[in-house]
Amino acid sequence: MGAFGKRGKARVIPGFGLSMGITVSMVSLIVIVPMLSILVILSGMSLADIWKAATERKVLAAYWVSLSASFIAAVVNSVFGVILAWCLVRYKFPGRRLLDGFIELPFALPTAVAGIALTTLCLPDGWIGRLFTGFGISISYTRIGITVALIFIGIPFVVRSVQPVLEKLGPECEEAAQMLGASKTRTFFKVIFPEIMPAALTGFGLAFARGLGEYGSVIFIAGNIPYKTQIVPLLIMSKLEQFNYGDAAAIALVMILFSFFILFAINLAQSKISKAEKG
Amino acid sequence: MVDKIVKCFLIVIACAFALLMLGLPLAAVATYALREGYGVFIAAITDPYALSALRLTLLTTVISVSVNTVFGLFAAWALTRFSFKGRSLLTTVMDIPFAVSPVIAGLVFILVFGRIGWAAPVLSFLNLKIVFALPGIVLATIFVTFPFVSRELIPVLNARGVAEEEAAALMGASGWKIFFRITLPHIKWALMYGVILCSARALGEFGAVSVVSGHLRGKTNTLPLHVEVLFGEFHLTAAFAVSSILMLIAILTLILKTVVEVKGKKEGASAIVELKGKNEGANAIVELNGIKEGSSV
Repeated sequence: MGAFGKRGKARVIPGFGLSMGITVSMVSLIVIVPMLSILVILSGMSLADIWKAATERKVLAAYWVSLSASFIAAVVNSVFGVILAWCLVRYKFPGRRLLDGFIELPFALPTAVAGIALTTLCLPDGWIGRLFTGFGISISYTRIGITVALIFIGIPFVVRSVQPVLEKLGPECEEAAQMLGASKTRTFFKVIFPEIMPAALTGFGLAFARGLGEYGSVIFIAGNIPYKTQIVPLLIMSKLEQFNYGDAAAIALVMILFSFFILFAINLAQSKISKAEKG
Repeated sequence: MVDKIVKCFLIVIACAFALLMLGLPLAAVATYALREGYGVFIAAITDPYALSALRLTLLTTVISVSVNTVFGLFAAWALTRFSFKGRSLLTTVMDIPFAVSPVIAGLVFILVFGRIGWAAPVLSFLNLKIVFALPGIVLATIFVTFPFVSRELIPVLNARGVAEEEAAALMGASGWKIFFRITLPHIKWALMYGVILCSARALGEFGAVSVVSGHLRGKTNTLPLHVEVLFGEFHLTAAFAVSSILMLIAILTLILKTVVEVKGKKEGASAIVELKGKNEGANAIVELNGIKEGSSV
């Protein structure tokens, strides 16, 4: 402990050396070293090759499929997530506890199981697909199917982000606003909405980022048609199957940058909102 | 009146969405698993390949959850009981596995231990096989479930503060004694919660394991990978039969999680009441002292 006590404060609680040692070595072994190996393999390639691998036409199409599907899924989840959170916190109805418990199903259910279940439901002769074939819409093997799978995967994020905020907010604020003469809709948009907005945004960002990387639940329903329904994780997978590790690493790097950018943008938006509220 | 209509409308929307997106997939798995009768169902789940996949999945889960639990406890201790430079950086790095795709999680281990990996010469010298074998599957699973336990513990430990542990340490208790007698009882529900979430994810991990497993039937196929193989070969009923086992585990997980959550909340609430009681007692003593002082003047 002596070596760490240099900064003036003596550490009263024992175990700093041991716990820090284990934490840092595990983080290095499991996260840092493996993640850096992406940069190691890229360092052996020329910039032109990396650029070519990351911007090939097929890859660009896959970025678009992944980004657009996860964005739409995250938007859908934000709307229904706020409604679900609202009902779970504010209303008492039969089955509320059950519903609350099942929100995390997408986390608990293995993604492959979710994938084959949704695919079978959405096939033209499946329970849901049948309803849409009459209108000439097919869900499986299209981008609609990918979006459906990503909606499933992202359900818990917005609900679980918004729920604690609503619980804390309590009905008092609304009651006060209404006593002061605000209408119901005005109360919602002026009092409640600004409060839950940052939490909903966090949930949106998490769902969006998770959707970009999701593999198991999407590949079955996507059909994996190049340029049309190929998602980026699948493209990385097929590069790996061709032993094309350099290209896989290049695409992976772009993916990582995408998700970091999303999480960063969400953080930025949140701090802007909280500043605007204070100012 | 308008309130009631809005309320009913919102509840109907919420329930319809949940039934469609959460209920229907569950119903589909159960229906398809049993549509050819119990005989086929039993045959599918007692198939030698299914059983060996189940064994591999359980083994992987036990190893990776144990590793992550021990790590999570040490990491939570280090991150909440001490302040040091780079603490928030360490927290951010620990969360990286949540932000990257499972496929990338598999990819990075291939890049380290695979044929072209920089650790490959060492492995071939030692005659070790990591990728396309059990160690690779375990490593990839540890990676994707890495922050689960520590994430549940850190907020609880932060909220409790360090006063009790400091007092115990000043009275001469050893680190292990402090941990087992003071810290562990406070975090036991959070710990169980983290372990449950971690196990559920470890059991079901697909993308990362799919990259590093090599899909050797009966050897490196986990249960979710076995589902994929069966589905790909159009053995729909068998695929759903195996899936139904995983689904039952998922439902059991959700029930356990809810029980732990309720128990943890109850204890948390009684602890707060206790603290409030103590505070009020302290305030009363302060007041009494004040009165005494006042009267003596």
